[in-house]
Amino acid sequence: MLAYIVRRILATIPVMVVVAIFVFALLHLSPGDPAAIIAGDTATDADIARIHAKLGLDQPFYVQFAEWAWGLLRGDLGVSIFTNLPVLKLIGQRVEPTIALTVSTLIVSVLVAIPLGILAAWKAGTWIDRVVMVFAVLGFSVPVFVLAYVLIYLFSIAAHLLPVQGYVSPSEGFGPFAAHLVLPSIALGLVYTALIARITRASMLDVLAQDYIRTAQAKGLPNENVLIRHALRNAAVPIATIIGIGIALLIGGVVVTETVFAIPGLGRLTVDAILRRDYPIIQGVILIFSAAYVLINLLVDLSYAVLDPRIRY
Amino acid sequence: MAVAPTDLVLPAAPARRGRVATYIRRHPTIVVGGGLLALMLAMAVLAPYLGTVDPQALAPAKRLKWPSAEYWFGTDMFGRDIYSRTIYGARVSLAVGLSVALLSIGLGMTIGLVSGFNRWVDAIVMRVMDGLMSIPAILIAIALMALNRASLQNVIFAITVAEVPRVTRLVRGVVLTLREQPYVEAAIASGTVNAKILWRHIVPNTMAPVLVQGTFIAASAMITEAILSFIGAGTPPTVPSWGNIMAEGRSLFQVAYYIVLFPGIMLSVTVLGINLLGDGLRDALDPRLARRL
Repeated sequence: MLAYIVRRILATIPVMVVVAIFVFALLHLSPGDPAAIIAGDTATDADIARIHAKLGLDQPFYVQFAEWAWGLLRGDLGVSIFTNLPVLKLIGQRVEPTIALTVSTLIVSVLVAIPLGILAAWKAGTWIDRVVMVFAVLGFSVPVFVLAYVLIYLFSIAAHLLPVQGYVSPSEGFGPFAAHLVLPSIALGLVYTALIARITRASMLDVLAQDYIRTAQAKGLPNENVLIRHALRNAAVPIATIIGIGIALLIGGVVVTETVFAIPGLGRLTVDAILRRDYPIIQGVILIFSAAYVLINLLVDLSYAVLDPRIRY
Repeated sequence: MAVAPTDLVLPAAPARRGRVATYIRRHPTIVVGGGLLALMLAMAVLAPYLGTVDPQALAPAKRLKWPSAEYWFGTDMFGRDIYSRTIYGARVSLAVGLSVALLSIGLGMTIGLVSGFNRWVDAIVMRVMDGLMSIPAILIAIALMALNRASLQNVIFAITVAEVPRVTRLVRGVVLTLREQPYVEAAIASGTVNAKILWRHIVPNTMAPVLVQGTFIAASAMITEAILSFIGAGTPPTVPSWGNIMAEGRSLFQVAYYIVLFPGIMLSVTVLGINLLGDGLRDALDPRLARRL
């Protein structure tokens, strides 16, 4: 078991190395002089030279990479071109709203999706199953910002039930904090919920066809007992896997959701950085998001042994 | 994932009319999804003949007019006709969806086939793909767009780069399973050259899953294009795309929500059509998976 954990942790190193190389190479893969593009159309030669020096573009390629990688290992993500502040500090200032939004979305989605998936599998072939499946297809099809605007219109502008936009830190009161997260979480979570519900249904259908389920039912066990204790426990591994992989959808959606709802998180930071062509910030955010994604999926992998006691490494 | 050609043959129906009816009954999602997609394609192609005006024509005197008999979808803050912009926007979305699907399948299949057949290449390529797949696709596209000038070609390129790892993974997986099949082993044993094995035995068997994956890539590429344009990293403002129209309506949402509404509905309906088509194709091409998902 310990050996497996160590091996699995070591396996994330090459993945993160590839991510780092990709993020670094981005600046050099683009056609033309990146400094000129970052500086914009109105830049003077002096501006371009200044950005050259700041990004270290005036040094040989391998020196640039070595310095950049060494900085990464010490937690130095570089300096913002626009504000001159360290990227890590800027990310630190913006990380709270993004964590609040993704965690609340994660919780709401999982709590909605798994019961929906179980219900659909249990009632497979009936209208309940069909309604859930139609919801899943719609969930894949309505883009996050379209849903976000529909929700804002219905619940904020027409009904005045929830705030239109913005973010309130939990330190300023839990009520307003939660109220500001309701609509963004629903908008961001729809695709994710649809995905988990679909996989839960598929995984449950597989398990429900097994002989031990029939035996459990024949023994006269109540349905909820069979579904939860016998079926769901055996269907848990694929569900956990998709919860982990699906985090990529949340991370991608965060950028848009924060823009629509004016939430000052990492997504907003990214969008602002794009408009200012503040490349070190974009690189830093991609690295942080990817590291979070890799870490979460590492935890999911390690959770298999807990979810399914038959798995022994 | 492998599908034998016989799985695709539908039971013969007596009359032609009966056959069409049977097909619709057996595959309602293909028909509905394909129908929606065909409708959108027709709209994109016939855009100039659908009562549209120049989608870029400015009319400052007619700013922010609500939908009416004259302006079906209203006008934006420059007086441009939203109906015309939305109809023409279908061209951008569909072009991006189709191009990205074709390009990423072409690239992904090539890399996946080579990787599945060569252990050395496989070891390296798969590490690279694992790394790329741990970066959320939209962030790859954002990063590439941030450093390239806004243009339709660059959007297509950026989204393709983000989608290629998934196709590569899929194709490689199919190739690895097929290699263990007795008929492929027999072909190897009898000294058939690799190229011929690939072409005769492997490629045809990857077609079904790749076709299904292609529809989902097209759908997700259209959403990604809209997101990129929406956050200002997509098609240039001179091109009316659904994401651009929505981005322009963003700050005016509370007073003129119709600007965001119509392109949003179009995008959702188009993506829904493609997703239904993909689901239907998967059900038709892979009956074992169809029962489950």
